[in-house]
Amino acid sequence: MRLRTRALAEFVIERALFLCAATSIFVTLGIVFVLVFETGAFLREVSVFEFLFGTEWTPLFYDKHFGVLPLVVGTLLASAIAMIVALPAGLLTAIYLSEYASSGVRRVVRPVLEVLAGIPTVVYGYFALQFVTPLLQGFVPGLAGFNALGPGIVMGIMILPLVSSLSEDALHSVPNGLREGAYALGATRMQTSLRVVVPAAFSGISAAAILAVSRAIGETMIVAIAAGQQPRLTFDPRVPVETMTAYIVQVSLGDTPAGTLEYRTIFAVGMLLFLSTFALNIVSNWLRNRFREEYA
Amino acid sequence: MSPDATGTRPSTGGALRIGDRLLASFGLLVMLLALAALAALLYDVLHDGLGRLSWAFLTSYPSRRAEQAGILAALVGSVYVMGITAAIAVPLGVGAAIYLEEYGGRGRLSRMIETNIANLAGVPSIIYGLLGLGLFVRMMGMGRSVLAGASTLALLVLPVVIITTREALRAVPKSLREGSYALGATRWQTIQRQVLPAAFPGILTGLILALSRAMGETAPLITIGALTYVPFLPSDIWSPFTVLPIQIFNWVSRPQAAFAENAAAGIIVLLALLLMMNAVAIVLRDRFQRRSR
Repeated sequence: MRLRTRALAEFVIERALFLCAATSIFVTLGIVFVLVFETGAFLREVSVFEFLFGTEWTPLFYDKHFGVLPLVVGTLLASAIAMIVALPAGLLTAIYLSEYASSGVRRVVRPVLEVLAGIPTVVYGYFALQFVTPLLQGFVPGLAGFNALGPGIVMGIMILPLVSSLSEDALHSVPNGLREGAYALGATRMQTSLRVVVPAAFSGISAAAILAVSRAIGETMIVAIAAGQQPRLTFDPRVPVETMTAYIVQVSLGDTPAGTLEYRTIFAVGMLLFLSTFALNIVSNWLRNRFREEYA
Repeated sequence: MSPDATGTRPSTGGALRIGDRLLASFGLLVMLLALAALAALLYDVLHDGLGRLSWAFLTSYPSRRAEQAGILAALVGSVYVMGITAAIAVPLGVGAAIYLEEYGGRGRLSRMIETNIANLAGVPSIIYGLLGLGLFVRMMGMGRSVLAGASTLALLVLPVVIITTREALRAVPKSLREGSYALGATRWQTIQRQVLPAAFPGILTGLILALSRAMGETAPLITIGALTYVPFLPSDIWSPFTVLPIQIFNWVSRPQAAFAENAAAGIIVLLALLLMMNAVAIVLRDRFQRRSR
């Protein structure tokens, strides 16, 4: 009798734990369902073509246009600036930490990078608006109070720890035999790092870079605070722009009633954001798995 | 890992040595710049906000006048929302991790769930906000309540909880489980009495990290419609609410300099809270590790 209740309890517990694990599937389904449902309703009123290729985004004005390109360009501009900061700096940090640094330096630098990664994005937004932009205005002529440059750079600083830690992992998993072979041929440490180790870890490093792009595209508060809220089709980093994420924040702050076309625009923009980050994450995961297999 | 720099390798000429040193100093320079950015951020926030920090600031409601505004409602809201977020995310996440690590095996379903969790971890937080808005606020009719906000944040941190808990479980040696089975314990008895206690410090650290991430999140809560001006405390889980990061955002977006000072003071409080949570995590981990040794 005792044994039977025990067996029953075991069975019930396993089922319950399985349900916990299955929740994650429902989260994904929930995201897809909500986005598809509202985006579908949106696309019944606005053609896909107008949405994806229109060059004017004014859904909150009297004269409504639903071309998402200004938001996409704003997002790409801010992300590109972030990448210009984060990729070289992150990779250099990773090479330094993995190939050059003494364990003492590593013990100091790693926690600092972790602190950088743990700071809430709203704090970075404040930093971009109140410190970095005024600082840049000193030597970038014509830089507006809201712009893509300041938040882009700050976003790069925010993403740097991600790039450096993932790249360092990739460099670390390159077998030491390759390094020793290079040294045996008389290569210096720089030649070994740049021509042997980095190429050998290339797919792992690309995985890190792609994940960083995905993170930048989805980053919200820094750009919502410091980049402005003017959807503008421009590649000029000195003027106010609006990213896809900042637009969602802008509408959410207002009192847009549910079920209206304006309300649905945030889901349509969200869908675009979800699909692009999802695609980037898949590619990144694929690259990382391939890299792991190489040196398994 | 890396061989000794001044080691026994024959020198291959001055130019290459210079290149070597150049790369090393570039690496060091970049890291110093990152360090400087962190220092500048902290200095800027402390410089702007320290003057505003006072007991009155912590215990006042928001106000149209910057000098009289405080963060009481936001602080209480943050603590309230975090509590409920933890109550939802911890059992779900730890349960899922136990299933995947201890029961799951290598079946197709487990692998699908794993891939799914990895993908969820990469979804931008604002998308979770849209999920919360569509699912909790509208379809389930929770409104802009504490419960809707906490549910949204719980789903957001779920992948983090699962991933860190699994790592902690994986670090428990197999011999512990085998010893328990050998004594006739069932699977759950083994997990409950051997594996979980051994993995506890690691799990706890992961949970606190996940919660400190939720603590700093702004975008998803703005998206579900959390208020930016709340002159009262949340009374139950159906109350409207605000949290510290939203209050900070609200002050940052005002043009007056006095509100920027408020924002900086709010940031100091937020960072202090996060620092405290991380310190608690480290202390707890140390204590448990010492005991289990």
